Amino acid sequence: MSKHHVSTVINGEPIEFLCETQQTLLDVLRDELGFTGSKEGCGSGDCGACSVMVDDRLVCSCLVLGAEVDGCRVETIEGVAAGGNLHPLQQVFLNEAALQCGICTPGIIVAAKALLEKNPDPNEEEIRFWLAGNLCRCTGYDKIVKAVQQAAAIMRS
Amino acid sequence: MLTYNKPTTVDEAVALLKQPGTRRRVLAGGTDLLVQLRSGRLQAEGIVDIKRIPELQNIREENGGFRIGAAVAGAALGENAALRRMWPGVVEGANLIGSTQIQGRASLGGNLCNGSPAADGVPALIAAGVRCTIAGPGGRREVPVESVVVGPGKTSLAEGEFLVDFYLPAQAAKGGDAYLRFIPRTEMDIAVVGAAVNLVLDASGVCTAARVSLGAVAPRALLVEAAGKALVGTRVDDAALDAMAAAARAACAPINDKRGTIEFRTHVAGVLAKRAAKIALERARSRA
Amino acid sequence: MGNEGNKFKWVGTRQVRPDGVDKVTGQATYGADFTLPGMITGKVLRSPHAHARIRSIDTSAAAALPGVRAIVTAADFPDLPSEVVAGGEAPVNYRHVSCNTIARDKVLYEGHAVAAVAATSTAIADEALALIKVDYEVLPHVIDVADAMRDDAPVLHDDLITSGVDPAPKKASNIASRTEFVLGDVAKGFGEAEVVIERKYTTQPVHQGYIEPHAVVASVAADGMATIWCSSQGQFMVREFCAKLLKLDDASIRVIPAEIGGGFGGKTTVYLEPLALVLSRKSGRPVRMVMTREEVFRASGPTSGGVLHVKLGAKHDGTLVAADIELAYQAGAFPGSPAIPGCMTAFACYDVPNARAVGYDVVSNRPKCAAYRAPGAPLSAFAVESAMDELALQLKMDPIELRLKNAAKEGTRALYGPKMPTIGFVETLEAAKAHPHYSAPLKPNQGRGVASGFWFNIGGQSSAAVHVNEDGTAVVVSGNPDIGGSRASMALMAAEVLGIDYNKVKPIVADTASVGYSFLTGGSRVTFATGKAVVDAANDVVSQLRARAAKLWKCDVEEVVWKDGVAYPAQGQTDTRTQLSLAEIAASAARTGGPISGKACINAGGAGPGFGTHICDVEVDPETGRSSVIRYTVVQDVGRAIHPSYCEGQLQGGAVQGIGWALNEEYLYDDKGRLLNPGFLDYRMPVASDMPMIDTVMVEVPNPTHPFGVRGVGEVPIVPPLAAVANAVARAADVRVNDLPISPPRLLSAILHK
Repeated sequence: MSKHHVSTVINGEPIEFLCETQQTLLDVLRDELGFTGSKEGCGSGDCGACSVMVDDRLVCSCLVLGAEVDGCRVETIEGVAAGGNLHPLQQVFLNEAALQCGICTPGIIVAAKALLEKNPDPNEEEIRFWLAGNLCRCTGYDKIVKAVQQAAAIMRS
Repeated sequence: MLTYNKPTTVDEAVALLKQPGTRRRVLAGGTDLLVQLRSGRLQAEGIVDIKRIPELQNIREENGGFRIGAAVAGAALGENAALRRMWPGVVEGANLIGSTQIQGRASLGGNLCNGSPAADGVPALIAAGVRCTIAGPGGRREVPVESVVVGPGKTSLAEGEFLVDFYLPAQAAKGGDAYLRFIPRTEMDIAVVGAAVNLVLDASGVCTAARVSLGAVAPRALLVEAAGKALVGTRVDDAALDAMAAAARAACAPINDKRGTIEFRTHVAGVLAKRAAKIALERARSRA
Repeated sequence: MGNEGNKFKWVGTRQVRPDGVDKVTGQATYGADFTLPGMITGKVLRSPHAHARIRSIDTSAAAALPGVRAIVTAADFPDLPSEVVAGGEAPVNYRHVSCNTIARDKVLYEGHAVAAVAATSTAIADEALALIKVDYEVLPHVIDVADAMRDDAPVLHDDLITSGVDPAPKKASNIASRTEFVLGDVAKGFGEAEVVIERKYTTQPVHQGYIEPHAVVASVAADGMATIWCSSQGQFMVREFCAKLLKLDDASIRVIPAEIGGGFGGKTTVYLEPLALVLSRKSGRPVRMVMTREEVFRASGPTSGGVLHVKLGAKHDGTLVAADIELAYQAGAFPGSPAIPGCMTAFACYDVPNARAVGYDVVSNRPKCAAYRAPGAPLSAFAVESAMDELALQLKMDPIELRLKNAAKEGTRALYGPKMPTIGFVETLEAAKAHPHYSAPLKPNQGRGVASGFWFNIGGQSSAAVHVNEDGTAVVVSGNPDIGGSRASMALMAAEVLGIDYNKVKPIVADTASVGYSFLTGGSRVTFATGKAVVDAANDVVSQLRARAAKLWKCDVEEVVWKDGVAYPAQGQTDTRTQLSLAEIAASAARTGGPISGKACINAGGAGPGFGTHICDVEVDPETGRSSVIRYTVVQDVGRAIHPSYCEGQLQGGAVQGIGWALNEEYLYDDKGRLLNPGFLDYRMPVASDMPMIDTVMVEVPNPTHPFGVRGVGEVPIVPPLAAVANAVARAADVRVNDLPISPPRLLSAILHK
């Protein structure tokens, strides 16, 4: 049986790849396409470290098959910065020390960006519940939430 | 390698699923299927992705109620303002499944057919009196949602059948529903207890109909008729709520497992049923 | 990024960390992100049984599978003698490490590695694992620490005779050791007590919960030179453990640190690295191995759970007169629980004239425990601080006042021997008492808990180098993986000493061949000890810079002053110019003697102990037993916050781990000794919506032995929260649960049956 030929647009660029049925989008991104920014923390959708956008929906790429994204648009952490310019979320995360080991950071930034695109002025509770699927073991979430609030304010102004 | 097909019509999907010996599984959001395939809990030789079938992805108003495609993602359900207004409990149940990321994919159809006794989407569907359309080799048939799951991980669907849509009837003029679940954290847990209440008041505020459904306290979600009866004919005061909670507790047949003890689940079932009933009551009262 | 009015130019400011851009853009390379040409995949076959003898292993069918390039079992590893070697933070028995890495003769926990294969794809590797036939003789197993101590318990090691008991027992048991610390006369002390609190406490093993599973790539060349890329808490530790396990020279292994996605102590040992190394050697290909989340839970070390008995005796005015603790910690499959530090830290916050601590190290059929942030201390602090809270309630005393009355100060003799140096415990208590949180009103079903904690922090060996580039910028080289932002602190300290802009100082974390030996990243030691080495190396550079200036000015080096990155002739005697910048000296280095580099290799003593006091508000739902932490404040003496933001981050992160430990985290086993919750769904760590903001107050009582006053900060924050939460719940629910986690079923049961 031959592999699936999948055509997508990833971070704005048309990309084609071959994959087996069982390969998840995360596997494809990391192992076939060299996009190692999305991380595998659990493989079961419980940690959010693999978060990406598929057709404007925030999803866990470990729970999407590579074959499912034929004809879809995918956005990963690698596409968040515009060329050499960091997204406000990325800059604020750096300024406010909203990361320690940094392994959860790509997933959190992708998730937070999705939130701010939907709700430009989220309160603390809304941020926390939106990010509940992104586990962080280092920071205790405090600086992350504050960074999202600050980035939201910058983006609104 | 597993086969992978993405049919664009129901008939195409049925043709794939009914082929003997192919061991194909239906894929909607994948948030249960992929986890189970990876862990080896489920075996399959093929996957039938039903997300490209238009009627599986629709939400449309019909006869005052809603027909919801079985593959619609939870996030999309939550974004439908009219649905949320009429059946907030159903939407609550659907939107409590997993995280924001899970909501981007998980569907009510998958949540039901996965057959977990703790499924968050199910009790409110039962309480609302939802009917499911099932398509298969013998054509389509309609069944009450509470008949779909027969035990943990088991449905009443026959070989080659799959769930196409849900029909949510029109809510009564003074009806209200609610779903509450108990989890130890604030998110990301499987429900230890789930309780849904759908009740209808008459013009004077007396309850004329009530359906109470409990999740995670038995091998499958329960429709607790005695609990509903305890509310009918009352103003849903404390005495009626106590009687309802007692009936809810009596119906529980939970197990001790890694998520809760029998004592805990039974007690909390009564507590949540009461709290859900109060919310449903408020919603029924405030419906114009 | 201002100076915030402190006396230093860079130390104490909130600069952007040098590795930060890579981490927010997904470019940073963690262990599983690394690839090499020709790389193949290694997978591990793990025991399905909690306790069994291995009768035979037949790998022939697996070896015959096309695509399989190598298979290893214990037969590929030297049969090491059982001996305990001083290992820095804790002694190490390399035989145990080896047998834990791959089982020899017996499997001792579900998940214990039995064999490993390397194949050209993950699918083939998995298939090969399924073809390996292991003949097990299943044995009775024991999970719980109390059960493991019973006379009739199944015994894990036939040769384990309890040490520390005289006369030594005649037969083997699961009790590896008994240790006792005594100060004064506890019997007499309790005789004088007017109030006595005596309680039993239990805790469950909890996992460090790092989001990055263990990952390694190993490549052994034909000449035997091994290169390992892995995320660990110490590339030198990885080298040492691999060398010892495989009887190789240190020089034949080079370990290159990847970025690390969390460790908390759990990555201060090896699991996959020796396996990957042997698989690479046998296959002639680079081998990558990554654990699944399930493997992380089934096979990597949690910290111990324990049973603790605490007895406190006090006068009516709150003066402690006697304190006693007896604890039994489970070590998992091999000895080495942190029972000893549990004993040593139990009463360290208090000046108690009569104290005794007895600790038992007990094995059972669970994964071998590994360090987790202040190993052993959170459990004994949970017990002691809960008992202190009951004492405060009984005496009708404010809990902070009770602690102030008995607080350890400089000169207080600790139970484990030494007198306390300059410490800031009292300062944390006073700051907590004065904090608005402490006097904020509470609503019904809400309660406030206070608890304190201590950790020694360590120094140890570190090496560092500072190289001056030709243009006057600098590179700071050290050998400690950066798990919390330490790289930035190294650059801050070097910039401060050199007197140049922080952005002109680039820190790197070097591999084992490129920097001198450094003990691992742990024990809250890096900012302290490696920081000291960096400061020494930077000072070495400054001496050289002054010497070069003296040469250029043809004057005595004693006359040259270094200030803010510039050399000044002290008495303005030069006739050519009045000052030389670092850049200018660097540009002329070739003329004045050659490249300018400084180095330092130290064994840092004088680590300053750390103390913290936490305030926790909890709201309990009395109908369901659910607890919500609604407000939390961490007060800690940090010595000096080199980078305040990352220092705060340690306080916040440690507190939240402790909250998870108190409320929901535990390992659950079935009756066959198999783990029921090896995943993040049912191993319940705090999620963002569970937590409030974590306020922090960093008290600074500088540690006099460090040039900038640094104390270790990373571990103290996890010590107080268990009792802070438990005390808050007890006051909110009006019933006390002394068994962790205080999950809703436990609390509801206590409420219903109170």
